[in-house]
Amino acid sequence: MALLEVNDVSKIFPGVRALDQVSFTLQPGEVHALVGENGAGKSTLIKVLTGVYQPDGGELRYQDQPARFGTPMDAQQAGISTIYQEVNLVPLMSVAQNLFLGREPRTRLGLIDRKRMDREAREILTGYGVTADVRRRLGTLALGAQQMVALARAVMIDAKVVIMDEPTSSLEPREVQTLFGVIRDLHARGIGIVYVSHRLDELYQICDAVTILRDGKLVHTGKLADLERIKLVSLMLGRDMAEVRREGATAFSGTATGDTEAAPVLRVSELNSRHKLHDVSFDVRPGEVVGLGGLLGAGRSETIKAIGGAYHLDSGDIQVDGQDLKKPTPVRAVEFGIAVQPEDRKAEGIVPGLSVRENIALAVLPRVSRFGFVSDGKVDEIVDRYIERLRIKASSPDQAVGDLSGGNQQKVLLARLLATDPKVLLLDEPTRGIDVGAKAEVQSLIDELAAEGLGVVLVSSDAEELVEGSDRVVVLRDGVVVGTLTGADVTTEDLMATIATEAHP
Amino acid sequence: MTMGLASEPSAIVVEDVRKAERTDRIVGTVQRQGAPAVLIVVVLIALATFPNFRSLDNTATILVAAAPPMLIALGMTFVIITGGIDLSVGSLYVLGGVLAAWASQYGILAAFLLPLAVCGTIGVVNGLLIAYTRMAPFIVTLAALLGARGLMRAISSEGSDTYLVRNDAFRKLGNGSFLDIGYQVWLVAALVVIGLVVLARSRFGASVYAVGGSEDAASLMGVPVRRTKVWVYVLSGLLAGLAGAINAAKLGSGVTVLGTGMELDAIAAVVIGGTLLTGGAGTIAGTIAGVLLLGVIQNLINQVGNVNSNWQQVISGTFLALVVVAQTYLVRLRRVT
Amino acid sequence: MSTETVAARPVVDSAKIKTWLPKYGVYAAIVLLVVYNIFFTPYFATWSNLRIQLIQVAPIVIVALGMALVIGTEGIDLSVGSVMALAAAFIPLYLGYGVIAAVLVALLAGVAVGLINGILVAKVGLQPIVATLALFVGGRGLAVVISEGKLVDIRNQDFLYLGSGDLLGIPVLVWVAAVLVLVVGFVIRRTVFGRRLLAIGGNRPAAELAGLPVKRVLITVYVVCAVLASIAGLLSVARIQSSDASSVGLLIELSAITAVVVGGTPLTGGKVRVLGTVAGALLMQLVIATMIKHNLQPSTTEMVQAVIILVAVYVARERKTR
Repeated sequence: MALLEVNDVSKIFPGVRALDQVSFTLQPGEVHALVGENGAGKSTLIKVLTGVYQPDGGELRYQDQPARFGTPMDAQQAGISTIYQEVNLVPLMSVAQNLFLGREPRTRLGLIDRKRMDREAREILTGYGVTADVRRRLGTLALGAQQMVALARAVMIDAKVVIMDEPTSSLEPREVQTLFGVIRDLHARGIGIVYVSHRLDELYQICDAVTILRDGKLVHTGKLADLERIKLVSLMLGRDMAEVRREGATAFSGTATGDTEAAPVLRVSELNSRHKLHDVSFDVRPGEVVGLGGLLGAGRSETIKAIGGAYHLDSGDIQVDGQDLKKPTPVRAVEFGIAVQPEDRKAEGIVPGLSVRENIALAVLPRVSRFGFVSDGKVDEIVDRYIERLRIKASSPDQAVGDLSGGNQQKVLLARLLATDPKVLLLDEPTRGIDVGAKAEVQSLIDELAAEGLGVVLVSSDAEELVEGSDRVVVLRDGVVVGTLTGADVTTEDLMATIATEAHP
Repeated sequence: MTMGLASEPSAIVVEDVRKAERTDRIVGTVQRQGAPAVLIVVVLIALATFPNFRSLDNTATILVAAAPPMLIALGMTFVIITGGIDLSVGSLYVLGGVLAAWASQYGILAAFLLPLAVCGTIGVVNGLLIAYTRMAPFIVTLAALLGARGLMRAISSEGSDTYLVRNDAFRKLGNGSFLDIGYQVWLVAALVVIGLVVLARSRFGASVYAVGGSEDAASLMGVPVRRTKVWVYVLSGLLAGLAGAINAAKLGSGVTVLGTGMELDAIAAVVIGGTLLTGGAGTIAGTIAGVLLLGVIQNLINQVGNVNSNWQQVISGTFLALVVVAQTYLVRLRRVT
Repeated sequence: MSTETVAARPVVDSAKIKTWLPKYGVYAAIVLLVVYNIFFTPYFATWSNLRIQLIQVAPIVIVALGMALVIGTEGIDLSVGSVMALAAAFIPLYLGYGVIAAVLVALLAGVAVGLINGILVAKVGLQPIVATLALFVGGRGLAVVISEGKLVDIRNQDFLYLGSGDLLGIPVLVWVAAVLVLVVGFVIRRTVFGRRLLAIGGNRPAAELAGLPVKRVLITVYVVCAVLASIAGLLSVARIQSSDASSVGLLIELSAITAVVVGGTPLTGGKVRVLGTVAGALLMQLVIATMIKHNLQPSTTEMVQAVIILVAVYVARERKTR
């Protein structure tokens, strides 16, 4: 008897088919890995399972009954609990209060029986390896312990299915082992677990089955033990091992442009940030496109943001053109000629309410103004130049960027970066969520820019784009550089092989 | 990742956790005990320097004066812990007083029930608007401030009528005392104890903390977020109305010009008492200390004589700023892990 | 087409109204009220009446301009009333050194308050409502302390000219407000500061990542808001010819926020409607004036105002998608 069945479920958002007839089955006591790159549809699927979204097609069956969850509460009451990456508890309340919120033991007077609550909380949490004082505020516990509390709460409210969204992303290795112990325990109690993670080692250690999504479609589901690591990676990144590599599927020219003799325009050494980056080092020469490869959560975006001064670093050196960028902040990074295109265009890139003009000119306002007054002529000069060069399609430069298509929004963002005359361009998923035509345009633009002598760092979850677009690929895994592909080794096969190598041979 | 990396950080982590635990204890102590400690220091200084401060009479005076603000601050504590704010309480306080004085001609029960009914209703409106339309609490209650003031003026011929209390029992409640301490102090003390128990030991209290601590998490955990929000504004309205009634009983009339800035005093007292303005943390005990601290300071200002009594506001504002800034840093310290 | 429209019409219309109402509703309401008054209110369409209305609305407009800028950054400033009181308290103290000295001191008080608010918001990272609360609480008290709680009559004719004089037949007060409206409008449209302000309000993470001096801009916005409030404060003193720190600018924060919101500036930031703000202030003034002319009591006007504020905020509120 299946615990949870997903049959041909689809979910459509305006312009995007986020889930396209996806099916998978969760058995009782099974730990089921759900993997896929960003935009593959994992989070949409989780939201469908937990009642945040309603499916547009297909059917959910829970304990052999057709199920429909109107709200997250409905799903939870039916026994489907989710442990999010950011723990969904109340950090300012005590551990015990969090565990018992809404179902506190009460005295005869109807008051909360604190002593009993604390005692029971202590007993329960000991089973999860949490020995901290249960009267402490939850927020002061280490993240791993907080997650255990969330897990304990989920099990306490009779969860039959527990969905874990990247549970180990901020855990210490020791805490990971504790978590696995608890998962094995749940497994023994017949609770089904959907486990979302990108750490291959962990998947193989703890999961029984796997479902792989790509671009909203199901690409594979089955026993994990039957699936080689390299096969898993290639399924996620969209390349079949048997498939011959088609040259020219992207608009990249494929010719190396970097001058191997030139001094690096960007030198990054030993970047460290707790949990996320460990001694990340690499160089970028003028005219070179360096790809950052790896799975989601490998530290690619963090590296890019850290160089742009927008992510906290514990230590590390960044040099632009031989000059030290000490204590990087976004303002100083821009001054040094670093331009960052963030992964999340809408949240961190464009200002949707402002016009195309204002967005493009945003970072160079001092240059196009005198005594603080903006010169429209100078702005138009820049804006016209980039609208033409990047072929931005807007009804007029005064159209709000929020009303443009994804591809044009991305071009506006790139125009803003280029207007600052950067020396180094850091691109995080530059072609995500944009149409095919715009994608090709952006790709050839990257080539052009490199040819003009810019140093480019490219992050892409599309293995093909990464390989064809980059002269060199630095491969990250769990925040560590695990290899660098150069010359003839810059192929998807090598990339996947490097990603798939076991961490603990 | 190599094995070396995998095993080394654990030691650091243990160290970090210990440090975090220590910081947490210190920060928690400062937040909980800060206001009572300052109160004790101020009282000790006052005892040493002002001979009149020592008398029982003076203590009774301080307590009687602090009774209405205490009630308002009590309701405000609930509101602020949910992450909201109620700026309408000053107006409701005055409205409650006028209504109580007017209704006292129909008996002591009417003198209490009418202000409670009217102010409670305004609280319901505040709560419903805030909980169900997601309008910002400050703007809703600012509008309610205006509305309640209009209502008060409408029933008092534009503020020119002062209704006298025409009920001896009600009047006595304001002036009489038990064990040398005014009745209203006993009443307020009883309500404060109830409030304390409700906030600390009831499921409703837990919901109040959960809503303020993280609304999203609270609703995922099954806390009735909207209902909780409505209730705290109702509570705040009721207590403000009651405070007005008590004050009318003391003064013997419904005075129409008092109450401006009362909401600010209450907010200051609550914040000084250690309640986070961003919600999720705070205690009634802290609020008691905050109200008494401001009360003692006011009392001292009055004793000095020729000092402008508006120093009170300046001190409140300064305290408030200091406490809020300190809290921000303390909270950040805690988040280091 | 024709079959579809039957069902579709109400949907389209309500959607249209939802976008149209916050933008142009205020102008429509003003036209309606003016037309009503011309026909039904005696002595409404007279120069002297218009003059009185404009003089009364001028300080509110000035404060509302600053509030609009702050709201454009997704902030709020509750301390404007206290700033007016502070300005009022300083005027009589320094009038002895001349009008310019007194005005400068009043403006400096505004700068100081603005700096405190701005630093608390931008550097310490407090929520704007929390940051400005301290001065909302303490600022007026300080003003009353400074003025020793006294109501001081002002007799300096040069200073009083600001409040009751005429220039080209139009009150100086109105001129000042008009000039400030133009300046703020210009700043928003044409200056680096204005564009940065809108970008920060529109998407703060993006503005930070783009390398904008976010903190500096935020601090400046709060300073500008406080300075505008102190200008309003000193003009109010000049108009009523006396300084009373305990009453100047009482509840002005409410009137200012109302003007901004009624004028179609969203509380969520990223947009500043300068003309709309002026219209918002005028509308509220007209509403009050109309009611008073029809012998409604101030109490009634207050309650009506409260309802208008709630309706305006309700209409303008961003619908949460989640």
